[in-house]
Amino acid sequence: MQQKDVLPMKAEKADKRLSAKPVISGSEAVIRSLIAEGVDTIFGYPGGAIMPIYDALYDFQDQVHHILVRHEQGATHAAQGYARSSGKVGVAFATSGPGATNLVTGLADAYMDSTPMVCITGQVAASLLGTDAFQETDVIGITMPITKWNIQVTRQEDIPGAIAKAFYIARSGRPGPVLVDITKNAQVGECEYEYVPCTHIRSYQPVPELRLDAVKEAAALINSAKKPYLLVGHGVLLSGAEKELIALAEKAQIPMASTLLGLSAVPVDHPLYVGMLGMHGNYAPNILTGECDTVIAVGMRFDDRVTGDVSTYVANAKVIHIEIDAAEINKIIKADVALHADAKTALQALLKEVQPAKHEEWLAEFRAADKKEYDKVQHRELYPEAGELKMAEVVRLISEKTKGEAVLVTDVGQHQMVASRYYRFKNPNTNITSGGMGTMGFSLPAAMGAKMGTPEKEVVAVIGDGCFQMTLQELGTIYQSKIGVKIVILNNNFLGMVRQWQQLFFDKRYSSTEMVNPDFVQIAKGFFIPGKKVTAREDISAAIDEMLATDGAYLLEVVVEKEDNVFPMIPAGTPVTTIRLE
Amino acid sequence: MQKEYTVTVYTEDRIGITNRITIIFTRRGINITSLTTAETEIPGVYKFIITVMSTREKLDKVVGQIERLIEIHRAFVHEEEEVVYQELALYKISTKSLDTGDIERLIRENQARILTITADYFVIEKTGHQQELTDFIKKLEPYGLIEYSKSGRVAIIKWSRRFHDHLKELQSSSEA
Repeated sequence: MQQKDVLPMKAEKADKRLSAKPVISGSEAVIRSLIAEGVDTIFGYPGGAIMPIYDALYDFQDQVHHILVRHEQGATHAAQGYARSSGKVGVAFATSGPGATNLVTGLADAYMDSTPMVCITGQVAASLLGTDAFQETDVIGITMPITKWNIQVTRQEDIPGAIAKAFYIARSGRPGPVLVDITKNAQVGECEYEYVPCTHIRSYQPVPELRLDAVKEAAALINSAKKPYLLVGHGVLLSGAEKELIALAEKAQIPMASTLLGLSAVPVDHPLYVGMLGMHGNYAPNILTGECDTVIAVGMRFDDRVTGDVSTYVANAKVIHIEIDAAEINKIIKADVALHADAKTALQALLKEVQPAKHEEWLAEFRAADKKEYDKVQHRELYPEAGELKMAEVVRLISEKTKGEAVLVTDVGQHQMVASRYYRFKNPNTNITSGGMGTMGFSLPAAMGAKMGTPEKEVVAVIGDGCFQMTLQELGTIYQSKIGVKIVILNNNFLGMVRQWQQLFFDKRYSSTEMVNPDFVQIAKGFFIPGKKVTAREDISAAIDEMLATDGAYLLEVVVEKEDNVFPMIPAGTPVTTIRLE
Repeated sequence: MQKEYTVTVYTEDRIGITNRITIIFTRRGINITSLTTAETEIPGVYKFIITVMSTREKLDKVVGQIERLIEIHRAFVHEEEEVVYQELALYKISTKSLDTGDIERLIRENQARILTITADYFVIEKTGHQQELTDFIKKLEPYGLIEYSKSGRVAIIKWSRRFHDHLKELQSSSEA
């Protein structure tokens, strides 16, 4: 909009033509449009078909920071980490063909985990489309099912409009990834430039209207509930509804449990917070889904890792589902009352209608079940006195030493579950993990993005040895761009979660799960990143202190118990109430 | 229980929109048995009429996921009794069979009509429901059916007035 005034206009061009609008290349229009959307950081990798855009970027280095990643997948996960920590839209660049296909995993991950991201890909010239030209791939077709929206732009004059729409769609409603594919001829062609932000698309209603009769119905259910129960999902964080959620919980004394992606919406030490849901969540919040009489599910989608056997899940409860995406309502669990709305709006309305209440006995049930888990599992995991190092004690120390205030970025598997269970989150948007997709290799690049998005925060990536080796080349990015992330590898020389399943469900037939690993500290050293390897319990505390005291990136490898299992556990597809403590 | 349903989808005019819609059926393993699409009375708004064999429960979810697409206005599942519909078929018959007296009666009784006649063949057009159109093939077989071609479904939704008002409002607001 007005931004064009603050940008350096190429003077000679502006003078030559009497038009009020500057005439610039499509590539320059891309960069100016991004700046108009407030973009200050781009993660990307150049290549043939996107070179004109990179050339335009060269003139704007003072306004846009481009982070050269080592693989395009890393660009997407970094953009995700950036978006999840900062709340802004993450941006990634890639060239056509293999550059574009390398974005696929990150796009799918962002789509599943509702992450606002705009990917811009270069494409062969429009005249070559469909001819199997060098590095041509049908990225629009490939990414159609894994993007919230995508578009191919073949004319330079359409670039600002496409980018405006992309950002509007990525960040509005239920956020998600968007891909804009720009052909080379559109990048080099010139056009008049004017940026008009998108505020409306006639076929798209991102913010549904809250039905007040549904709010009244929901409030009536809550007011008459003996055992009400709040399930906190990612939607709470996405809509910034943490305060409203906690106010509602406090007013009617309702226990709150979190999904994996909802973690950090409620401080772990809140008296009404009862823990994490799901396959490796806490005992009390899982087992008591069988007891509650009213469930208030906020911004969550009843993933199968949360529900276990759907037919028995919250079977004795009335279900109130607060959800911005209509397609999620009644998809898995039938809602007795659906509040199709933004979580914040719905919770604000609900807060007015819900009466103060006390549920002492109900809350006591959680404490009793929680004690059972603590005695049987947590105590020995968190405070072992002998034997090999446990993942949980490492996470506990990191949590204590960062006061629960770091941004915790986790990968996928045992270490992820342990870190999610034992890190004591204090502030919203400090949990970044790959939930829906379960993408191994997510966390190293995501941590880079998170650090770029919130440089004032300590960012700690907790990574398994298997996951680390999927994207470890991003150590190069961390070194080159001086990104101060702390990397903790919990090394059990196994693909631990798969091994755990093999132990429990495949008769200990450890098929292709044992890893013969390299020297991770040496690898870090190769990238000029300091590091240390710890194998003994007495060394771990000082090593974490050293890591946190280091200015800049640091890699800490911790050798942990080889055949440790994560408990509690709900075997896949079984009722949640069959949760096992050992 | 599986049965035949009509799904209608109102969309913006956009390259690839068919693909966006059909992959949602594909994901759930639902076969599309016919698909008709054309511009509605509102310029720029297209209507897809899709017939599928599936269950109501599954289709309600599919329609939700279709509606989630940015360029979709609305999508609906209709039971058989909620729509008035027609399909159209063309039948190519050898002209020699005209010598047989019965063809005239057959065309008249089945409310079909002749579209064109050449020295070699003639083309009959008939509208109706799928079953009537395929039954007519059997009746024509003795006359030497050369080719048969049937359209997808065209449907009018019995309760659709309000939605069309909504579309018209959209149109006037985007013109304003």
